[in-house]
Amino acid sequence: MKDTVTTARPVPAAINWNRLQDDKDLEIWNRLTANFWLPEKVPLSNDIQSWSQLTDEERQLTIRVFTGLTLLDTIQNTVGAPTLMPDAQTPHEEAVLTNIAFMEAVHARSYSSVFSTLCQTSEVDEAFRWSSENEHLQAKSRLILDEYDAASNPLRKKIASVFLESFLFYSGFYLPMHWSSRARLTNTADLIRLIIRDEAIHGYYIGYKFQRAIERLPEAERTELKDFAFALLFDLYDIEARYTEQLYDELGLTEDVKAFLHYNANKALQNLGFEALFPEDACRVNPAIMAALSPGSDENHDFFSGSGSSYVIGKTVATEDEDWDF
Amino acid sequence: MSAARGHLVYFSSGSGNTARLVEKLGLPATRLPMSAAAPVPEITEPFVLITPTYADGEGLGAVAKPVIAFLNRAENRALLRGVIAGGNRNFGATFARAGEVIAAKCNVPLLYRFELAGTETDIARIRAGLDTFWGTQCLTPA
Repeated sequence: MKDTVTTARPVPAAINWNRLQDDKDLEIWNRLTANFWLPEKVPLSNDIQSWSQLTDEERQLTIRVFTGLTLLDTIQNTVGAPTLMPDAQTPHEEAVLTNIAFMEAVHARSYSSVFSTLCQTSEVDEAFRWSSENEHLQAKSRLILDEYDAASNPLRKKIASVFLESFLFYSGFYLPMHWSSRARLTNTADLIRLIIRDEAIHGYYIGYKFQRAIERLPEAERTELKDFAFALLFDLYDIEARYTEQLYDELGLTEDVKAFLHYNANKALQNLGFEALFPEDACRVNPAIMAALSPGSDENHDFFSGSGSSYVIGKTVATEDEDWDF
Repeated sequence: MSAARGHLVYFSSGSGNTARLVEKLGLPATRLPMSAAAPVPEITEPFVLITPTYADGEGLGAVAKPVIAFLNRAENRALLRGVIAGGNRNFGATFARAGEVIAAKCNVPLLYRFELAGTETDIARIRAGLDTFWGTQCLTPA
């Protein structure tokens, strides 16, 4: 018996980007590569003065929150995105996942840029120790990693991945948006907004691939996956609520953060093609946080939500797109 | 009897967010083809366009190619009365940028912006807003 030949890894087909099985792969590749950035692009040192004006407690909270975010990015970089690759339906999907994995490494690396620019080494070491021992941070990581386990269902991996990308980051993202709304650490907030933009595309794309995959399944399996998704979200929310209380009670921000969590949990479910879980009155995010999230986007009232007559036709915007004929 | 209403035309990609919003609206609507190479639908009555946004970080490429192909047909463009745009506030200043681009290029109002597949509030506001809006519009093609 010669089995050496049959157990060898098959040679993959060379990837041809001019023959697409799914146009979404190229669309997302183009968007992710156009959005590529490195932390060196952001003038973090302009935040040194602002950092010195925070209290000791506020500084400790900020560093801890950022180590928590670093952990999630590390998981997604080294385990999350790579573990989705064997399930890819097209070679282009695999290529997009390598971009996602690398950008997660850039995100994780950028928190260390914030630390080296603003913080004392001892404070940062203390915060990394804190994150490795924090029960809530460890518990949510454990729940996600259990789904990433190779033995798990490929579609459950995608659900866990979308929840990490589109939900679990937001207890952390809240804080730099809060500081930004008070004109503090505004350059750090610019960097975080670049991360938020990337994570939004990641959650959207993985959620899209999930939707494509379940289309082919019988109704019973689709229902089972949906039940699993809502159950996992409940479990993660439970941990996030306690993590949020632990971090933000002292600043009196817990309820404000929770509204932001509900809002983002609903968006994570929409990425998977599911309906919202949290009722809208639980999702009323502080307008200052929404303004920090998308600065400048609410300068114009639209017709239906404005006073009725104050809408504008629209200012001239860049449309360097050769496809327009007029 | 409801007031006379114009039509809805919408684009939704494979993620289906805009299609889910339109389904919840429960109003007559024409879906644009997913591919820009497909034949462009010919519209014969005034309509409001609902479209998602695909901008990169600089806001470029916001309008989906099949939407551009549809609006490049002058007869369609002449019947466009307003635009409703989807997006994600996580994209910051470029949130729902497709709506701004189309409003500026076609000289029509940006009627409303929503995130992903919209919320119940979005659905209620769009329904009520469209009722009022069509009440103010001349529905006879020019």
